Amino acid sequence: MPHPPRAMDNASAPPGRGALSDWWWRNQRALTPFILLAPACLLFAVFVLYPIAASIRLSLHDWDGVGPQTWVGLANFAELFGDPVFYTALANNLCWLALYLLAPVFGLGLALFLNQDVRGIRVVRSLFLFPFVISQVVVGLIFAWFLNAEFGLLNRLLGSAGLPAVAPLESGRWAIFAVILAGLWPQTAYCMILYLTGLTGIRPELIESARMDGARGGRLLWHVVLPQLRPVTFIAAMVCVVGALRSFDLVAIMTAGGPYNSTMVLGYYMYEQTFLSLRYGYGAAIAAVLFALMGAFVGLFLWRLLRREAA
Amino acid sequence: MFPAPVARASRLSRMGYRAALFLSLALWLLPLAGVALTSVRSIDDLTRGNLWGWPSETRLVENYAAVFSDSRMAQFILNSVLITLPAVAGAVALACMAGFALAKFRFRGNLLLFVIFIAGNLVPFQILMIPVRDIAIETGIYDTRWALILFHVAFQTGFCTLFMRNFIKQLPDAMLDAARIEGSSELGIFWHIVLPLVRPAIAAIAALTFTFVWNDYFWSLVLVQSDDVRPLTAGLQSLRGMWLASWNLISAGSIIAAIPPVLLFLLMQQHFIAGLTAGAESD
Repeated sequence: MPHPPRAMDNASAPPGRGALSDWWWRNQRALTPFILLAPACLLFAVFVLYPIAASIRLSLHDWDGVGPQTWVGLANFAELFGDPVFYTALANNLCWLALYLLAPVFGLGLALFLNQDVRGIRVVRSLFLFPFVISQVVVGLIFAWFLNAEFGLLNRLLGSAGLPAVAPLESGRWAIFAVILAGLWPQTAYCMILYLTGLTGIRPELIESARMDGARGGRLLWHVVLPQLRPVTFIAAMVCVVGALRSFDLVAIMTAGGPYNSTMVLGYYMYEQTFLSLRYGYGAAIAAVLFALMGAFVGLFLWRLLRREAA
Repeated sequence: MFPAPVARASRLSRMGYRAALFLSLALWLLPLAGVALTSVRSIDDLTRGNLWGWPSETRLVENYAAVFSDSRMAQFILNSVLITLPAVAGAVALACMAGFALAKFRFRGNLLLFVIFIAGNLVPFQILMIPVRDIAIETGIYDTRWALILFHVAFQTGFCTLFMRNFIKQLPDAMLDAARIEGSSELGIFWHIVLPLVRPAIAAIAALTFTFVWNDYFWSLVLVQSDDVRPLTAGLQSLRGMWLASWNLISAGSIIAAIPPVLLFLLMQQHFIAGLTAGAESD
């Protein structure tokens, strides 16, 4: 049966070519967003949202990966909070986070250094970004070898300068810093490019008038430039926090958590407990803690983003 | 401009700046240069400890040929390509659709969906690991390229949607309304007006996603295990066990793994950087 066209309908919808076609023309404006969103939402629900819920559920169970799952309540978490390796991993993650916050500082320094208009500066900036473009696996391999006690390039350099050899990756005390150092390399490059973009957006008249008033160097940077770079600083810090909590690749490649778990991080401990010790429930509990930790930071990020969206 | 332009400074400080540029860059890329140099060394050089000097004989062709003949490197590269390209295409396509819907249509839950896409993209992989692997095993795609392709499409769609949505939002509504009055359907508008206009954004997001997927290591460990489907990152790590002290071959392998993303970056620099810094300038 024919429907009278409504005002919101497309003005020049072609004349009826069957009920279905009519119906589509009348409703396409309302239906299109859902059709366009459906595939993305479906995949995201299956591979991201459902797994989060399933992992949290699993953290309340004992499971070896094949047999039946047995409900254990909060026992996994109780064990976790008495597990010294867990505390090592947590402390390493927090240490990682603290040191990663140096990346925005170094990145800003590099960006200020490279924010000049000389011939070839584009190429130089690109070359500085290289460490970020290559895989963390490659970064890990490069540093593992650079720092290797026997064949390492670092010890050759130290040796030729008459200094004693070092073995950072075999030291329970220093290995974690060596791994984080490797991570700082690409992370600093990333922060540098963020700040370079931020610096090009700075309003020149503010700089000039501050210079007229006699502001120079550090004071100009602190009182005029940095306030304008605040959004960049926020994003850089956020990216570093997420990166520090996600750390896995470098640990897996450079130390596999050793020596004696001294470089363990939550991400790697979870992987190890699940696949090497076949304690899926315990692994899921570690993942849940990591998730909660990330949730706290991401919540802060989204809160700010939403406030901006509302403004 | 801050800091003060060097171009206006004295000749001496201009030269000083250039020298400082060169030195800092050399220092910054020192580890990379060491690896590149090692990849053309003979095993003799390595055992004799000649790591920084000029190679006693250049074995560029021999070493790189050995990487391909002694290992399944060619297969790993092929796997990486066959995983990365479909994953990028899929994620970008889904993100264009979802981005348009979120940017230009009002409906309940619009902002909520947007937030979910962003938040989902920031979660630690470990919270997804066990269930995603179970899904892959139950659907029979575990240890196939499809497992990695599907997961990467799903996961990268979050970030890509955020990016596309913000880009499409900047297109003027008046232009879309004009097309509607002309009698264009919403899907027609998407195809004929929105997509051609967002080409730069597509280039940026594709270049970035390519790098993320190509460089992924975690999911290559979790979702596949045989050499027939394993991508380059996981393959490289497995070769390390085989080659042990043959650091020249490992170095050559590392260089090979680094080349595609570096090349892509150099070719699409402007797009790549625009994508990386999207959040930094839109504030």
